[in-house]
Amino acid sequence: MIILENIRLALYSLMANKMRALLTMLGIIIGIASVIAIMTVGNSLTNSVNDSMSSMGANNITVGIRQRTAEGETNEDGIYFESLIEAGEMKTSDYFSSEMLHHYAEKYAGEIKGISIQESIASGKITEGSRYANVDVSGVNPAYFVANNLKLVSGSYFSKEAMNQGSMVAVISDKAVNNLYGGDTESALGQTIEIQLEQKYYRFVIIGVYQYDTSQGMFSSASEKDIITAAYIPLKTAQTLNHTEGYSMFTVITNSGVDADKFATETQNFFASYYRNNRSFEPFAYSMASMVSTLTDMLSTITTAISVIAGIALLVGGIGVMNIMLVSVSERTREIGTRKALGAPNSSIRLQFIVESIVICLIGGIIGIILGLVLGSVLVKVLGQTASPSISSIIISLTFSMVIGIFFGYYPANKAAKMDPIDALRYE
Amino acid sequence: MERTPVIELTNIHKKYYIGTPNELEVLKGIDLTVYKGEFVSIVGQSGSGKSTLMNIIGALDRPTEGGYILDGVDIIAAKDKELSRIRNRKIGFVFQSYNLISKTNALMNVEMPMLYAGFSRKERTARAKELLEMVEMSDRMKHFPEELSGGQKQRIAIARAMANDPAIILADEPTGALDSNTGRLVMDIFHRLHEEEGKTIVLITHSPELAEETQRQITIKDGEVIRVHTKEPTDSSFRNLSHNTQAVPESMKASAPSAFGTPDNDGTAVLEHIKESSV
Repeated sequence: MIILENIRLALYSLMANKMRALLTMLGIIIGIASVIAIMTVGNSLTNSVNDSMSSMGANNITVGIRQRTAEGETNEDGIYFESLIEAGEMKTSDYFSSEMLHHYAEKYAGEIKGISIQESIASGKITEGSRYANVDVSGVNPAYFVANNLKLVSGSYFSKEAMNQGSMVAVISDKAVNNLYGGDTESALGQTIEIQLEQKYYRFVIIGVYQYDTSQGMFSSASEKDIITAAYIPLKTAQTLNHTEGYSMFTVITNSGVDADKFATETQNFFASYYRNNRSFEPFAYSMASMVSTLTDMLSTITTAISVIAGIALLVGGIGVMNIMLVSVSERTREIGTRKALGAPNSSIRLQFIVESIVICLIGGIIGIILGLVLGSVLVKVLGQTASPSISSIIISLTFSMVIGIFFGYYPANKAAKMDPIDALRYE
Repeated sequence: MERTPVIELTNIHKKYYIGTPNELEVLKGIDLTVYKGEFVSIVGQSGSGKSTLMNIIGALDRPTEGGYILDGVDIIAAKDKELSRIRNRKIGFVFQSYNLISKTNALMNVEMPMLYAGFSRKERTARAKELLEMVEMSDRMKHFPEELSGGQKQRIAIARAMANDPAIILADEPTGALDSNTGRLVMDIFHRLHEEEGKTIVLITHSPELAEETQRQITIKDGEVIRVHTKEPTDSSFRNLSHNTQAVPESMKASAPSAFGTPDNDGTAVLEHIKESSV
């Protein structure tokens, strides 16, 4: 009952000093708003990373080749040497060969559902009259489409013949079709497109159109028209264009029930045996699941770090609240004296000022949350994602602003409560 | 006529800066009893100690030494929290500068003591309206202090003092900030409360004219009661008839030629009441 009266009273005194109240709240508003905005962005990014990663298949294992890192050695005299690395361009012998893959697929037939291979070529531009579409061209094998959950809108994937012969055919995205032919995916089939790759023009026939997954363009802020989508050509074709034979990277799709993390280690060990004598390069393998968690961890670390900085703003805001509460207490010394004379116990006076401080912080907090949500949503929209405000951050913010109110309000409130009524009544 | 004491002060001393060379004794052993339904005034110049005495009577301050029973409650033994409760229930303060809570309307100001007493909102509002009616301020219920004149503010303050039906009303220079006409109105309210409601009122003032209006005047000088003047001898309430060890000031002798309890030509009794400060 008395709490309600105190809230009423606090609101009255805030209303009487609107400008001051607003300025006091500003610190809290900015602090809370930035925390909420950052949390919203972080949350949205984490969600979209999770989505796009799991759409690629959490059970997939990515296998690739990387430069060896320096390995230190200590000789008998206890002197540390850094062994020399023969760096340089990758030679054909440094790539994974078809032979290796065959052996691998045979050995682990029970675990492997398929091996998806991708050979990146370059980014290019498809032109059709005045229309154009930006593409990222890479050669893939049919398993790639399965591994990446690509859905065909029309046409077909590459035939066995096309794969073996290295035909000049392509599967492009519905977005690209939209930019080139105004969305008519059926009529796009059979069309010949010209892709400009590193100053040269190549002609490909469209045989399939796949559905573009928006979550893939994660950080792209390009407009609909300039958006870069993937265009796929048969692996062999890509190798011919690139003048390569081996594979620098591939994805293993495991059968369900296989421990992807464990199998990744096993895979790495398997290929490592081929590279024992290679001084420059070594294979690596990691599961999508571990990558997702690494990325998510990283994102949440960044989010937390920025939130801590925003938390400092909140702290400064809290100090501002304390400052204004101290001013308010000394301005209202006579009122405090009067209340004490009228029979207010110290606890009531303390409660009155703590409630006032909490009310300031809570109102500031609520404004901050609204502002933060708006700001966060706008930022997320700019990044091309769907905003997913985190409910927990809102609850935490509300609790936190209340705690700030209590924490920074306690000292001034206590000062008021401890006042000597006679001195307070005499105060001018 | 049976008389119940409401305020019983015995040998009240108040010292400041105790144990330092500046030790200051503001009250030097005051004995005072105020009975139920009395209208008394405590008169004194500034520096006489009347404010300190008022603070002690109002349970805002504790004496360094002495006893104080207010309406049957031992104030000396009471803890701070109990003192708050006593101020709330037994004392109604009226200040010179009104001390209404700004940003709070008249009705809420009157409700305030009842809020601390724990009355429900309904009860508070009903009683506050009644009280505002009594001081003829019903039409200003929703007004804020800054929208009211001094006299209006003081009337609201009196209504507020009456809120918890206290044992005493302690009015500290209630007309000090008012012009004589409004001051008159405020004094009339006190008289009405005294006569119609039978309230015990203690008026603290430096003005002899105002004190004249009360039943009993207690004059304080240098921390001692130097004079108790009762209007009607039959209703006199002085109790300590200790010896007068100090000469009566000339001015007082003039106004009260036949002192020491003898009725003078006005039919009033003048009594010197002085305690030896050395005791």
